[in-house]
Amino acid sequence: MTSAASLPVPTSAARRGPDLRRIARALLPSLSLALVLGAIAYLNPRVISYFGFTLMLNYAVPIALATMAQMFVTATNDIDLSIGTFVGFVCCVTATFLNDDPLIGVLILAGCIGVYAALGALIHLRNLPSIVVTLGMSFVWQGLAILLLPKPGGKAPLWLQAIMGYKPAFIPLPIVAAILIAAVGYFGLMRTSYGAILRGTGGNSVAIARAGWSLLKAKAVLFALTGTFGVLSGMALVGITRSADANIGNGYTLLSIAGVILGGGEFVGGIVSPIGAVIGALTLTLASTQLLGFMKIPPDWQVGANGAILIIVLAARVLISQRGRDR
Amino acid sequence: MNGALGNLARRPWIWSFAGALLVWLGAIQFTGGYGAGGMLTAALSLAVFTVIVGIGQMFVITLGPGNVDLSLPANIGLASAVAMKVMGGDDSMVALGLLAAVGSGLCVGVANYLLIWALRIPPIIATLSAAFVIQSVDISYGRGLQIKPPPGFADFANILISGVPLLAILTLLFALIANVVLHRTVYGRSVLAIGQNIRAARLAGVRVEPTRFATYALCGALGGLNGALLAGYFRGANVDIGNEYLLLSIAVVVIGGTSVAGGRANVPGVWGGALFLVLLQTMLNTFGVSAGVRLLATGLIIVAVITAAGGPKPGR
Repeated sequence: MTSAASLPVPTSAARRGPDLRRIARALLPSLSLALVLGAIAYLNPRVISYFGFTLMLNYAVPIALATMAQMFVTATNDIDLSIGTFVGFVCCVTATFLNDDPLIGVLILAGCIGVYAALGALIHLRNLPSIVVTLGMSFVWQGLAILLLPKPGGKAPLWLQAIMGYKPAFIPLPIVAAILIAAVGYFGLMRTSYGAILRGTGGNSVAIARAGWSLLKAKAVLFALTGTFGVLSGMALVGITRSADANIGNGYTLLSIAGVILGGGEFVGGIVSPIGAVIGALTLTLASTQLLGFMKIPPDWQVGANGAILIIVLAARVLISQRGRDR
Repeated sequence: MNGALGNLARRPWIWSFAGALLVWLGAIQFTGGYGAGGMLTAALSLAVFTVIVGIGQMFVITLGPGNVDLSLPANIGLASAVAMKVMGGDDSMVALGLLAAVGSGLCVGVANYLLIWALRIPPIIATLSAAFVIQSVDISYGRGLQIKPPPGFADFANILISGVPLLAILTLLFALIANVVLHRTVYGRSVLAIGQNIRAARLAGVRVEPTRFATYALCGALGGLNGALLAGYFRGANVDIGNEYLLLSIAVVVIGGTSVAGGRANVPGVWGGALFLVLLQTMLNTFGVSAGVRLLATGLIIVAVITAAGGPKPGR
């Protein structure tokens, strides 16, 4: 893909300045990932193996799913500050109800998705700021999680543990999962006509409404998708950790927002990229945990490194856009 | 709607005070009147901290859609550590420690603005990225910090004047000043104008960027001050000391009748919102509910209040 993008001969590339800029921007997420991978390979070549990737990217699956969840609300210019505590709540439900009484567990999780859809509808109908509504909801999910599991515990269903522990041939599970998640997001949101409508609610909601589409429905669908991927993220997480804790997902709010930005998402104007979001999540997972470990940077700076990476990538984006504009 | 009562009902902040009163009555109803005054004293002491950052956040939010400072919790945490380290438990260093905390907050605010300005990104993202870095600085700087605040400072933060905390009186004065600044100074009116229509404000000659800079710096500095006061009140610094102020600072602004879309601000409402939320916690505590129920109820009430208040009405 990289070689195909840089194929055009220099003259035509110079003439089509904006295209070049667009390509550079589109490649930024992959470049960041390559940079982090390169650094890890340089510091510790032995981890570049089937086993190494399986271990390093273990937590990338739930993070990528949470990032996708966040991406759906950003597509409509909203932000979900409750996704972290929601993932935590789903973990608690999965480790208790879904394990002990699958039917009730499934009903609760389906209900959660319904709550998300209702939130989307509410935010649209009352024209509410999603930042406040979801901040409030973050307390709700956290409260429910603590009520369900006051102390860390519970047990992930065995089938879930088996899925998360599955070792496919040749390609490590996290990479297979990442490709799958990116593909689902890409074809669903970027390649279908209704996906274009959904993104349009963030780009120009008035135009979408005038064209006869229901903004209410679109918003509810996007929030329901966020809920769905949040549920998947929580289930994947508890499949890895095997038991749950009410605070287990708290860091995911910030990680998911950071992942969306790293992947080229814009937070205004319905500009999102499912593939980028997954790549962003992988980059964050590797950079914040593995790279720092290999560089012998104390864990104190883990969050800070995430922030620094964000700032660097955003700065790179500005530089690229500026060069394109100056032409 | 012509009488004094109707006039009052049209003021957006009145509802937050009504809510606070209702919650307080609910709590003393439960205890049978016992501890009614004590509850108010405690509520005032705690509301002070929310009001200080709430006013900073209010100025930021008034700048218009997307303007919000998500770095407050990290900022407060760092400032509390800075204050305790500079004071070093010595009463003679209190002023310097306070200054250092405000300075630390000011630096955070300036850094926030520089990120927004240089990277041309929404403030939500800029302050969030900054928060990540600040949090790490704080964890690293404040690790194992066991310094107690100087006794004089801790006492000062806890002084009561016939049941009313001294800090509450000072914060009330501060709120009055903030109200004057907001409505009667060029700076305050610039903030409102930018929030109403940034393009019109720029064309009308409002100095947009300096105003935005001052606003983020102000919010940062208030966060720093809050960190120092919190460390004094709770007798020690802590990385997590500011965590709850992310939601609280935004919630009190919204509950108090400030428009999230910007351009309309309300200082009394910040006090009302803070008292409402603190008294709500007090009420739930007196009911003896568990931490889970308390969180659940707080979240639901915030969602309910914002739903009832509604967002900006589209189309004018």
